[in-house]
Amino acid sequence: MNIQEIQNEIIEEFAMFEDWEERYQYMIDLGKDLPLINAQYKTEDNIIKGCQSKVWVHAELEGDKIAFTADSDAIITKGIIAILIRVFSNQHPKDILEANTDFIDQIGLKEHLSPTRANGLVSMIKQLKLYAIAYQTQLN
Amino acid sequence: MLDLKKIRADFPILSREVNGKPLVYFDNAATSQTPQQVIDVIVDYYSNYNANIHRGVHTLSQEATDKYEAARHTIQKHFNAAHAHEIIYTSGTTHSINLVASGFSSLLQKGDEIIVSALEHHSNIVPWQMLCEKTGAILKVIPMNQDGELVMAEYDKLLNENTKLVFVNHISNALGTINPIEEIIEKAHQVGAAVLIDGAQACPHVKPDVQALDVDFYVASAHKICGPTGVGMLYGKEEWLNKLPPYQGGGEMIAEVSFTKTTYAGLPHKFEAGTPNICGGIAFGAALDYMNAIGFDAIAKYEQELLEYATKALLEIEGLKIYGTAKNKTSVVSFNLEGIHPYDVGTILDKLGIAVRTGHHCAQPIMDYFKIPGTVRASFAFYNTKEEIDTLVSGVKKAKMMLS
Repeated sequence: MNIQEIQNEIIEEFAMFEDWEERYQYMIDLGKDLPLINAQYKTEDNIIKGCQSKVWVHAELEGDKIAFTADSDAIITKGIIAILIRVFSNQHPKDILEANTDFIDQIGLKEHLSPTRANGLVSMIKQLKLYAIAYQTQLN
Repeated sequence: MLDLKKIRADFPILSREVNGKPLVYFDNAATSQTPQQVIDVIVDYYSNYNANIHRGVHTLSQEATDKYEAARHTIQKHFNAAHAHEIIYTSGTTHSINLVASGFSSLLQKGDEIIVSALEHHSNIVPWQMLCEKTGAILKVIPMNQDGELVMAEYDKLLNENTKLVFVNHISNALGTINPIEEIIEKAHQVGAAVLIDGAQACPHVKPDVQALDVDFYVASAHKICGPTGVGMLYGKEEWLNKLPPYQGGGEMIAEVSFTKTTYAGLPHKFEAGTPNICGGIAFGAALDYMNAIGFDAIAKYEQELLEYATKALLEIEGLKIYGTAKNKTSVVSFNLEGIHPYDVGTILDKLGIAVRTGHHCAQPIMDYFKIPGTVRASFAFYNTKEEIDTLVSGVKKAKMMLS
């Protein structure tokens, strides 16, 4: 699936939730379930200091696609990371660069991507794009 | 006894909803809410006599100047300063502290020592680190114990004839500890050191008497005492303020200027360069009038009741740990749920209309001491109620259920 298709799928999934509690419970469960990053990559180098919660991001090129792994010490942040990874990981660098995160607004999680939230997610998205630029240069 | 119903009606914001729920505002240590009486003063200023002060001959300027200076007298009276010119208007506590730090950069020499406490807010640490880098002075820290109290025996050991300056907050923003500032001031004076007390967190709860304390500098922000943001004050003993050089150059702070020499104005204008926050200064005075009309004794007594009620109710939640258990503390409860990040708890509480602070509260050294990323901090004001605390407790229980 391409990025747009995955985003549409997520929007459809979230449309089933009745209220904020169900949405948040889903994200919390996502946050609990996934071992999102290999322990060896949970290093100081890979950390994004968000003030409120920490985020770790690691990227690897697999063929012509980028595989992202990430983690956070806060579970709601981690749940949102799980959604972002699902959208952006295993995609071509060019597609990652062209994609936006408007779908987050549509699934009612906009406040978590506010630059003033200080949870590291805005910086994380910037970091994903920087990796995409770097790997695209490498592929060219 | 406080008339809660009447008091709450003074604060328009308390009747709004957040995320579809009635607002429960427990972030008072970050900023307090503003009563209609103060809002009216702000509206009146801009509606009727907005003008630049101290220089116009016209009526509006005169009216604005009179009110601005009358507010300075209100502040002087509130803090019981000996003279009105010992009250310097600033943009807030951080500005006040930087003003003193900058002044001391010309008074300190290599090898001089500055003492700060382990309970400080970032804004109370950084200016002194910068000052030490500039002057070669040495920064020393009074440690704290597990309860979040300063270890006074260690303070005694740090003091010596090289100590030039001691900086301690009156009340800790992260933990609510009330520090023994009387003792700290007295002992500092015994070795000839000056003392600056950061009263930002204390002023909403107590009425400091700077003469009785014999403190050299005391600083506060209006926005924590029901006033507007962007205005605060520095109290300094006249002799100290005369010793410090001006902080910024500009209008108002000069007596005479030529291209070869400038003569500085006297106190307080020497430290008040440029057009100040005139409306803010006037509203600061109105805020103090408002709080004094209610009475600080009644406020302190009621807030202690809220603190005890909240502490007891929160501790009944299994796995909840409170940080800052000093015997003398103000109405702040800093806590964590075992195994749950404070950011997650704060996010769920926000969804329930409850405003708390999460994070390290600009006091990272304290969080490092407890080896935690931060806490959830609920801070209560005199307009809060026990029913609101009940809402917080059920909110925390819900957060725990969802997150564990």
